[in-house]
Amino acid sequence: MAHFTKATSVKDWFNQRLAIEKVEKVMGSEYWIPKNINFLWAMGMILAITFALLLVSGIFLLMYYQPNVNLAFDSVNYTIMKEVDFGWLWRHIHGVAASVVFLIIYIHMFTGIYYGSYKKGREMIWISGMLLFVTFSAEAFSGYMLPWGQMSYWAGMVITNLFSGGSLHADGLVEWIRGDYVPAQAFLNRFFMLHVLLIPLAILGLIGLHFASLRIPHVNNQDGEEIDFEAESKKYLAGDKAGSKVIRFANDFMSKDMMVVGVYLVFFFYLVFFNYDFAMDPVNFDPADGLKTPAHIYPEWYFLWSYEILRPFSVNIGLIAFAFAQVIFFALPFLDKSPNTIPASRRGLFKYWFWAMLIDMIVLTAMGKVPPSGVFSTIGFWAALTFIALWIALPFITKREKAV
Amino acid sequence: MKNSSRRGFMGKAFGAVAGVGAVGALYAMKKTWDPLPSVKAAGFTTLDMSAYNENELVVEKWRGKPIFVLKKTAEMVAKQTKEQTARDIKIGDNHFMVSIGLCTHLGCIPAYNPDEEGFLCACHGGQFDFSGDVKKSPPPRGLDIPPFKIVGQKLVLGEVGPEYTAMKENGITL
Repeated sequence: MAHFTKATSVKDWFNQRLAIEKVEKVMGSEYWIPKNINFLWAMGMILAITFALLLVSGIFLLMYYQPNVNLAFDSVNYTIMKEVDFGWLWRHIHGVAASVVFLIIYIHMFTGIYYGSYKKGREMIWISGMLLFVTFSAEAFSGYMLPWGQMSYWAGMVITNLFSGGSLHADGLVEWIRGDYVPAQAFLNRFFMLHVLLIPLAILGLIGLHFASLRIPHVNNQDGEEIDFEAESKKYLAGDKAGSKVIRFANDFMSKDMMVVGVYLVFFFYLVFFNYDFAMDPVNFDPADGLKTPAHIYPEWYFLWSYEILRPFSVNIGLIAFAFAQVIFFALPFLDKSPNTIPASRRGLFKYWFWAMLIDMIVLTAMGKVPPSGVFSTIGFWAALTFIALWIALPFITKREKAV
Repeated sequence: MKNSSRRGFMGKAFGAVAGVGAVGALYAMKKTWDPLPSVKAAGFTTLDMSAYNENELVVEKWRGKPIFVLKKTAEMVAKQTKEQTARDIKIGDNHFMVSIGLCTHLGCIPAYNPDEEGFLCACHGGQFDFSGDVKKSPPPRGLDIPPFKIVGQKLVLGEVGPEYTAMKENGITL
């Protein structure tokens, strides 16, 4: 058994039992962050804060929400919005955060792509991040079912129908997922469970994995410089703070991080208080009706690009293209054959690939929102083909890249 | 050596027990997600076919899904092709189009336009004719016909009659 002495202070008492000083060093004051980074490196912290906002607002919503097809709609639109004091606040925080979190995820992803932060030992950071993207998508979809409005119902109908696999006609699988022939009580109950328990548990586990995957390769920097963290941290601890290329995570880097978080929160709560409408689809303020399809069904903005890859093709090819779009980002570290871990601006053809991909996804998003007819249909079709072509081209253009 | 092989055996024995348990647990979990017996038992609808007007679409409900019932005009019956006639349900002298009112693409409900005698799905622009056959993709096939049985002037949805079996065998519906 370890030897314990009479504690000299409360801190010492905990220190003997939990090694809090050591933990603080490992997690914060001696966890090293490069100096040559910019505000885009604060997106991870913003995501953590937004997740916390979702969790807290979700806990309060959970106390009044009723997962029952006859009560769900009113429990949200009447009880929470009209009866519960500040119920509107929790709902608007939850709705706005669910939308904004995807904006930040996309910025976080494209920052990683631009600076090559998925290469040379950082593959697991990328893969665990992509798993988080998938679980967040599932979390967003399951949450979208809960108000049981028209968009909830029909999105549930369309998305679960995807599992019939087109010409495979796996209707049994679709009925199994729903627990009924159509989305009904069993469906609402199980998606409620997924939304408030199973998927959040998976997200928490994956956040742990995402952080752990950063520990050995460390954070990338904006020059793609390979930093000897061992040597630089020794320099820092020896007193050469100006000469060292790294700083402490806490409190030094955190103070800058939280500055960006502060700016973000002002923007976030501006949306919550004055501009929450964008996160509240008007069609979803009609109660679910299985005998009436809304005139135009579209997903929330963050799913539009992949929806547009599904839409312009015939059903089977569309499903294959859609499945391709869902998984292909996972393969990025292995499709990028270049030896360079440097910003896209210094990587020849990859620079054009990056901007083409970003613009193509914005075009797909825009085309996913408009009705599928005429010129929009054509633009969407070509944008979807461009998306697939860009991924096929990636190994070839990066293979030809010269080592810098 | 003796110890390690003993531990190896214990590990394998545990693995076997846990494996059986895992398979059993997965089976139970799968069955728990199945539609309940009460859901399955509520799956029959009886329609009185003498009550419909010509070229007027009526939407009935079967297993929570919309069912399109369209009584065809004599003009429609006269001009339709063999394939279109094959989809008809004949009760007495009357021809009916009866189908599940969900687009076979991704399950939206198409709308009927009596002047154009056809259906348009607003979700992805699919079109069907008055027999429920595809006029314009993306829908991969015509509207599905629910299992039915003709009982005099009545139609029982959910039960399988000889006319439905014939349609299924001829590949008219899934």
